[in-house]
Amino acid sequence: MSHLKGIQIKVHDMSLRDGMHPKRHQITIEQMKTIAQGLDQAGCPLIEVTHGDGLGGASVNYGFPAATDEQYLRAVIPLMKQAKVSALLLPGIGTVDHLKMAADCGVTTIRVATHCTEADVSEQHISLGRKMGLDTVGFLMMAHMIEPEKLIEQALLMESYGANCIYLTDSAGYMLPEDVTARIALAREKLKPETEIGFHGHHNLSMGVANSIAAVAAGARRIDCACGGMGAGAGNTPMEVFVAVCNRMGIQTGVDVFKISDVAEDLVTPIMDFPVRIDRNSLTLGYAGVYSSFLLFARRAEAKYGVPAREILLELGRQKMVGGQEDMIEDTAITMARERGLLKASA
Amino acid sequence: MKKIKCAIIGPGNIGTDLLYKLKRSPVLEPVWMVGVDPTSEGLARAREHGLKTTDQGVDGMLAHVKADGVQIAFDATSAYVHKDNSDKLNKLGVMMIDLTPAAIGPYCVPPINLKEHAGKREMNVNMVTCGGQATIPMVYAVSRVQKVRYAEIIATVSSKSVGPGTRKNIDEFTRTTAGAVSRIGGADEGKAIIVINPAEPPMIMRDTIHCLTVDEPKQKQIEESVRDMVAEVQKYVPGYRLVNGPVFDGHRVTSFMQVEGLGDFLPKYAGNLDIMTASATRTAEMFAEEILAGRLTLEAA
Repeated sequence: MSHLKGIQIKVHDMSLRDGMHPKRHQITIEQMKTIAQGLDQAGCPLIEVTHGDGLGGASVNYGFPAATDEQYLRAVIPLMKQAKVSALLLPGIGTVDHLKMAADCGVTTIRVATHCTEADVSEQHISLGRKMGLDTVGFLMMAHMIEPEKLIEQALLMESYGANCIYLTDSAGYMLPEDVTARIALAREKLKPETEIGFHGHHNLSMGVANSIAAVAAGARRIDCACGGMGAGAGNTPMEVFVAVCNRMGIQTGVDVFKISDVAEDLVTPIMDFPVRIDRNSLTLGYAGVYSSFLLFARRAEAKYGVPAREILLELGRQKMVGGQEDMIEDTAITMARERGLLKASA
Repeated sequence: MKKIKCAIIGPGNIGTDLLYKLKRSPVLEPVWMVGVDPTSEGLARAREHGLKTTDQGVDGMLAHVKADGVQIAFDATSAYVHKDNSDKLNKLGVMMIDLTPAAIGPYCVPPINLKEHAGKREMNVNMVTCGGQATIPMVYAVSRVQKVRYAEIIATVSSKSVGPGTRKNIDEFTRTTAGAVSRIGGADEGKAIIVINPAEPPMIMRDTIHCLTVDEPKQKQIEESVRDMVAEVQKYVPGYRLVNGPVFDGHRVTSFMQVEGLGDFLPKYAGNLDIMTASATRTAEMFAEEILAGRLTLEAA
């Protein structure tokens, strides 16, 4: 793939947003500041800082964070020498009020995320982001669930609302490189030439780096990675590995491979509560196409109700649950436990 | 038996489903369907059911309100035109049941505060949102037992049951529902989340209600209160079902609901829409019963 030599791409760090999932949203403000400064010094151009489920995600359903979105953003943004900071927003969870707050804190990029078939709920947020002069990204989650042609219809909607960049997101870590190629290539063909295309991967089948390279080859110019791989499920594409591969291939990221691997090793890995890696449960996410953030909820349900997390995850996949339905994990576990005679009849 | 005559404004899916429900009511009689499009299927369907129709909006009906004895109107159009519709009809002494998100009148969640509204002779009541109708009774079921410092609801609806109006302004749903969860549900703070799921065949509406109590939850009393409330809602939405719970986890009390519609005009999975039309019908029936019993006279505003 030497034909990719010289291509410039922008990597976008997820460890302080997607990485909030394996941390149960408990990353402290001090940890955020330290890691963000490390990323900044390593040359990472864009860093996402938000609750794992986006602005306004603080809830019983997704978890209450150690600090508010506003506190995190106000702590991190002033410390950045070159890096910019982004925020994620899922309509239905966060509102335009959150978007305005984040812009007031100084984020330059707003990413509006919907399930891959529901782009039309993002109109009010994308159009406002664009009107406010923000780098406005439409983020289509669980993009493996529909065919490329259908997916691009949704991408075109987000573009029509004013998004200047469209992400195709492998939230379940389910896609294989050929799936990525088919979707990104069609997006590149159908979207306006000036609309950037991005890819966000999860490492549940160990495909994070390979999928991201396939995305670049098909025309993506923004790639989400997480330093140290800290993200939901088996984590996101590990940034230090991706940057190393890009260096070998001549793809320019502007990130220093040794500095970023030091951040991963010295700052990110030490704060993990458990190794973010492929185990039987995160493997199941990728294998069955289940939303990566469901992992810890399924583990907790296993501990409480005695139904194996893997079986809960498979059932959630069978029922075609989408991102945001974390409440259905406990519900499903209770129903399964009852069917197996693990609960008293009264419950 | 004498029935109170009603008008439905908005001949779309909601308006048509309302028509079916009103036709079954022992105290209500739908007589007018109001639209703006002469080619509307909904208006044609209403004519087949013997209703008078107009494609000139509310203005097309105003001259007939008195002669036809219309006393209650349902607005199933949009927040933008609701105030105008309401003002014109209130002036003629017609009370308004608002199914739009306009919310110029007080929120009405039948098992909680319908009696109070009828007693106060409100001329405009608002039906909150579908998520609100499905969840606020369960918040109240906990808050009437003990103090709830925070309540959060997650409404998951099938993609096919969410219309373009809701999609264009989904923030309105989260804001309005959260406000009513707190104000009507009786929690100090409210939060609402909506998730849209495109699975085929379409999933039946699911709702999860989390309450955080100030003190240790009184399990027995809450369980009883929740069961009573489910039975209360089932009187007008038979497909309202407690799937799991209440689950007690520290100070968290969680109920997992399913809302299946009656399948009048809307499909059964669209429990989110059915609970709106059913709640609106229930509300109108309570006002109608008061009028018929001579305890309530609607006056021109």
